[in-house]
Amino acid sequence: MGDLLYLSVQYIRHHKLKLAVLVFAITLVGWLPIAVQIIVDQTASQLLARADSTPIVIGARGSPLELSLGSLYFSTRTPETLNYAELEKVAATGLATGIPLYYRFHSQQHPIVGTTPDYLDYRKLRISTGRPFALLGEAVIGSKVADELQLSVGDAVISSPESVFDIAGVYPLKMPVVGILEPAFSPDDNAIFVDIKTSWVIQGLGHGHQDLANKIALGQILKKDGNNLVANASVKQYNEITADNIDSFHFHGENSLRPISAIIPLTADDKATALLIGRYQQERDDVQIVRSQKVISELLDTVFTVRDYIVAGIAVVAVATAIVALLVFFLSLRLRRGERFTLARIGASREQIILLMATEVVTVILVSGALSAMLILLTHQYGMQLLQQLLLS
Amino acid sequence: MLQIHDLRFAYPDQGFALSVPELTLEAGETMALLGPSGSGKTTLLNLLAGILTPITGSIQLNGDKLSALNERQRRRHRLLNMGMIFQSFELLDYLDVRDNILLQGRLCDSRRSDANLEQQARQIAEDLGLGDKWRRNSMALSQGERQRVAVCRALLLNPGLVLADEPTGNLDPDNKITVLRKLIANCKRHRRILLTVTHDHSLLAEFDRVIDIASLVHKQSPRDG
Repeated sequence: MGDLLYLSVQYIRHHKLKLAVLVFAITLVGWLPIAVQIIVDQTASQLLARADSTPIVIGARGSPLELSLGSLYFSTRTPETLNYAELEKVAATGLATGIPLYYRFHSQQHPIVGTTPDYLDYRKLRISTGRPFALLGEAVIGSKVADELQLSVGDAVISSPESVFDIAGVYPLKMPVVGILEPAFSPDDNAIFVDIKTSWVIQGLGHGHQDLANKIALGQILKKDGNNLVANASVKQYNEITADNIDSFHFHGENSLRPISAIIPLTADDKATALLIGRYQQERDDVQIVRSQKVISELLDTVFTVRDYIVAGIAVVAVATAIVALLVFFLSLRLRRGERFTLARIGASREQIILLMATEVVTVILVSGALSAMLILLTHQYGMQLLQQLLLS
Repeated sequence: MLQIHDLRFAYPDQGFALSVPELTLEAGETMALLGPSGSGKTTLLNLLAGILTPITGSIQLNGDKLSALNERQRRRHRLLNMGMIFQSFELLDYLDVRDNILLQGRLCDSRRSDANLEQQARQIAEDLGLGDKWRRNSMALSQGERQRVAVCRALLLNPGLVLADEPTGNLDPDNKITVLRKLIANCKRHRRILLTVTHDHSLLAEFDRVIDIASLVHKQSPRDG
């Protein structure tokens, strides 16, 4: 047996290129359909898990899918907004309290989520180092943000301008990192959390500047009308909220009119959820309430259909590859007819000849099977992460 | 000693039959078998090797009666007691000189563990002038060298009978005489019987006996019985 194996190894070594191509092709068609299934299933379960933990979302009229994806994954760049007053309306129903979300801004590729500390409790996000945000301008960052931007408590994140060509746009705001979250293996890992008012400061709805009542600033005042002062452009605007200037930060107008992207209503039970949905659907035309699970399930139906098409396509390729592989084996056996004849004539037994001939097929199938299994295992472990990294980069 | 007695063979559904009443070859004797194409030379060689089974008659090699063996036993008998040399060498292209020579040994359970086998193979290769080609792929050799590898393979397990089917048919004049002389010398030294089919009359002087198959056999239609 050992000598036959030795002869088989010699054959494989001599025809390594042909066999490597076969192994590669068979491995690929063995691995790909299962890998697609695994990744789609993992994506689906991740999407559904997030939707399960956030059954309903309230937002401005528009696409339910965009609202769901935005409030669950902070993925919408320019979300439709509703007024902060909606939060009080939710509370006024007596059926729920609400957590506001404002996810319009980013720092590099990471969404800045304006919310309240309740959000961290709601998502069971734990602080690994530092503390939750408490003051205006403070930020708590997800674990991936900390890893990717190499940030630790005491460092700062800067909001990215929405458009580099908008010279009248808002200044970037520098925000000190006061806490880093433990990995939650969710989109929260990739987000920067700030107080809702901080996100309004990023938008320019709140600001801090040089005290115009100060004597030094007298030359910068253009007009004085009662309590209102009109100053020229040389007044220094702060783009970082510090202990020294925090008192100068203020908002003009009513908080209730300021924008938010969505509200996560927290209901006591399913009955309250059903009642809240019913009430919003019956009484409110200006906002929408969506069931995240339903919206995500509809999205997944589309994804599953696409997956099925892909898997069907790969299955056809697999059949073609199997036919080609069979043809290669058949041709190889034909080419080795002389070898079989020689072996028989010098006295090799039928079993020895069959074993020698079968080694090629068995080796290709075993190696391809092992490689496919290994790749499937790796896909199961790291496929999702790799795909996310690829998509992000 | 090789003894053939009243050997008869016919291919089914073909108008060809072979009959050898009597033939005896002593140990160390070399014989050339002549005859035109289709006269039954290779058929006789295959009968002696046990590849074909005669209808009647007996073949005995050193006391072993081939006709009493089943196919499995005949293969084993061939592996252990016979060396086969072919016109087109029949080397395995994926093996080097060493592994081609050792092939018959690797297929043989009783000789595989023989520690001296590789040493013997090396010695035979040296004798046939292949010492410096030991690890070279057989396809990288000249025609003459390839046939010498085939001769080495046939001689490795010290067979009592060497059957060669036109072993020099693909060789140039210089090589064919060299290869044949080395083969005959080895058979003489080790008292092997060498039966060679050849068309080449220039080589006949090298053999102890030369027999035209026409004088040896009764070639007949199967209907003649």
